[in-house]
Amino acid sequence: MRLIAIGIVAGIFSALLGVGGGLIAVPLLVLFTQLPERVATATSLGAIGITALAGVVAYAYRGEVNFEYAALVGLPAAGGAFLGTMLQQRIRTQHLTYGFAVLLTGVGVWLLVS
Amino acid sequence: MTTSTIVLGIVLGLAAGVMSGLFGVGGGILFVPTLVALGLGQIEAQATSLLAILPTVAVGAANQHRYGNLRPRTAVIVGAASVLGVEFGARIATSLSETTLRRFFAVLLFAVAIQLVWRATRARARYPDSS
Repeated sequence: MRLIAIGIVAGIFSALLGVGGGLIAVPLLVLFTQLPERVATATSLGAIGITALAGVVAYAYRGEVNFEYAALVGLPAAGGAFLGTMLQQRIRTQHLTYGFAVLLTGVGVWLLVS
Repeated sequence: MTTSTIVLGIVLGLAAGVMSGLFGVGGGILFVPTLVALGLGQIEAQATSLLAILPTVAVGAANQHRYGNLRPRTAVIVGAASVLGVEFGARIATSLSETTLRRFFAVLLFAVAIQLVWRATRARARYPDSS
């Protein structure tokens, strides 16, 4: 029952903002199912595959999915993510994290003014 | 699509992937602004982002399954339930104006930035010598 509620909340969040929904699903899983964080994160990835696929269908039906642009950005990103995960095992990311947070804030401000 | 759009798309996509792997965030929060920068509208960027994350998610989930961290039964239950929420979320999103949706997304980016700083600071307080 808890899992179903978490799924519904994550699904709304995902389709509303065009993200996977892990941001909301991981803390909810940790809080309400006692899964360790690492397991919750991994499990949410599996769920996100289904969530994002459902989102694609829902939006494709409305004619909003641009398949060319999805391939253009999504395929290099899969390679990049592989590289990023490898790098994460080798370097300390703590200082970089602050820089990344500044970058995200900058992008948010750009979206607000554009 | 012009050549410069293709080059920019590949570079930004690659960078977004590296950052999502490096900092453990989902690709979506980076793909949506990337697609907006490439000229898509907010709702189209969000819809397209959901397709763009699929290859990264599939690779990530397969890896985590191999490490034994992924609980397939839990993932399927949460994922199947999310389908209900997805239709509801898509209805809300399409009923909002592009500007309102973009503002929501900006707030999401600020929230993720705060969460990242909080997590990094907490880790540093716990392991002071590791930085």
